[in-house]
Amino acid sequence: MREVYITKEKFPDVVGKLMNQHRVFGPVFQGQYHEFAELKASDEIDLTYQNTRLSPKGLFHPHSERMFQFSLAKGDPEAGIVKEAPKDYSSRLILGMRPCDAMAFRLDDVNFDTTTIKDPWWTRRRATTAIVGLGCNQPCRSCFCTSVGTGPFDPSGLDALLTDVGDGFILQAITEKGQELLDGISDGGPVPAAATEKATQLRKSAEAQFVTQFDPKALAEKDMLELFNASFWDEVQFSCINCGTCTFLCPTCWCFDIQDEVCEDQGDRIRIWDSCMFPLFTVHGSGHNPRSQKLQRVRQRFMHKLKYYQDKYHDGVACVGCGRCVKYCPVNIDIREVARLMTATCVCPA
Amino acid sequence: MNNPYLPYPVRIESIVTETEDRNLRTIKLLFLNPEDEEKFKYIPGQFAELSVAGLGEIPIGIASSPTEKGFLKFTVNKVGKVSSHIHNMQPGDIMGVRGPLGNWYPWDLLEGKNIVIIGGGFAFTTLRSSIVYMLDPRNRSRFGEISVVYGARFPGLLLFKEELAAWEQRDDIKMHITVDSTDDPNWKYNVGFVPAVTKQKAPDSENSYAIICGPPIMIKFTLPVLTELGFPPERIISSLEMRMKCGIGICGRCNLGTEYVCKDGPVFTLEQLSRLPNEY
Repeated sequence: MREVYITKEKFPDVVGKLMNQHRVFGPVFQGQYHEFAELKASDEIDLTYQNTRLSPKGLFHPHSERMFQFSLAKGDPEAGIVKEAPKDYSSRLILGMRPCDAMAFRLDDVNFDTTTIKDPWWTRRRATTAIVGLGCNQPCRSCFCTSVGTGPFDPSGLDALLTDVGDGFILQAITEKGQELLDGISDGGPVPAAATEKATQLRKSAEAQFVTQFDPKALAEKDMLELFNASFWDEVQFSCINCGTCTFLCPTCWCFDIQDEVCEDQGDRIRIWDSCMFPLFTVHGSGHNPRSQKLQRVRQRFMHKLKYYQDKYHDGVACVGCGRCVKYCPVNIDIREVARLMTATCVCPA
Repeated sequence: MNNPYLPYPVRIESIVTETEDRNLRTIKLLFLNPEDEEKFKYIPGQFAELSVAGLGEIPIGIASSPTEKGFLKFTVNKVGKVSSHIHNMQPGDIMGVRGPLGNWYPWDLLEGKNIVIIGGGFAFTTLRSSIVYMLDPRNRSRFGEISVVYGARFPGLLLFKEELAAWEQRDDIKMHITVDSTDDPNWKYNVGFVPAVTKQKAPDSENSYAIICGPPIMIKFTLPVLTELGFPPERIISSLEMRMKCGIGICGRCNLGTEYVCKDGPVFTLEQLSRLPNEY
């Protein structure tokens, strides 16, 4: 696949031209944090960011999304019939996503895009979006991507990869979609040998900053019910306040609720992110709640990510090591610690 | 591409109050578009999402049998927003149905076997579907002896009373209807809890499968009886209830270990359940 070199001077022009062809999204500084947003101007994008506070999952699975619409108007012959809502599926380009976040979409694909059932909104957005990643020269302290099978320059979830080599970017095509994108860029030049060398150095130094936190394979070998019944959950759940921040920020937490909203005689059926941290998530109409205890909910989150997902799909854990849940948990619950507890083999004296 | 979240529009043909406490009503639904009925090909044991625009959806077992053409039947217990609204709807009203969803009872495995159906309370709906399906002249010869133990707290809570009476008259199905208690001097069936009646009346476990659906307390006390009668866990089949939204294994709500109850269940054998977390 082809690669080009784009100087930082020319980069805004390149972004501007891309904006003429696609809806372009990128990390934008908003308030106190970076967030993925549709670019209104080519200089809005800030590729000096470390990572966004919210994961970019909302670009494919919006926080709240209208699924259908309906009328409840008296006399309307179509009243009460739920119908598709129009949506914009024009071509999109996401610029500067971290490789871990892009990898998360591949982990989510197994849920939304199966051989038998396809989520129509997720799959169409995936098909009409190209993702250009940005390699991580300087991982954050809460990151652990290399422990979960990805890495700071992992191209697996990307169509193209940007590497910031100081004065400019190397843009490498990864997929056909990425190649097409590169073919349309006229402001790039051949990659100087010094830039290639710098990129290799940056990658090596980034990768060297990680220590292996835990081994997902060791989790795969553990017995599910043994882990489920383990005594350490009591310790893990002790400080949790079930705020749901971890699930809200996590790029691989996809659970959602479906609710109807009505205004006067028009209504929408919408889906909204939900969280296994909340007691209402599982409560039956009868009042019976299979996960009424905090311990059960905390255990569900970790078991689903680290064990159930792995046992169901046999392709690693449902975690890309972005570290958001570690960084933003108000009571400092650390998924790396939990994974270590889950893989520990020591037998404590009775 | 068919949108798996989009309900088929249906019209309510009739609403029948099933029980004395008026908490259970059976709605009969007709598809507005005949081609939707073609697409809705179901097998006993499956469920569907009943949709009321403006209120939402509820997952309910299908009470009709695919051998009954032209309509769908659901027996709805009045518990929440959507089910209470459905209770107050009128024939002619428009609502939606999405499905069929989930797995069915394993009819291929059940072929040539004796089958004992054990039901309690309002969980009898997919069991009604199964009985009608098996008794259909085209199907009856595929199965061995069919026995049914069906219990309710008192006679007024039994569902599908006319059909129960008709099945009582047949010689190709053994009915064991029971109530916990009754002061009706004309009550001609059993009095006693489902586990006790099962112990007396269940067929020999040899070459037999048990399908059991009911309140957790009934299941809890009936399972040891079945084990005692010699039914191995892989020949005891149950159906789980769970809070659900999408019904197609995407929204994550009904996750139980490696399974989604909506898509990988709701029908599980006791053997399968023994390998899953006990969180239902």
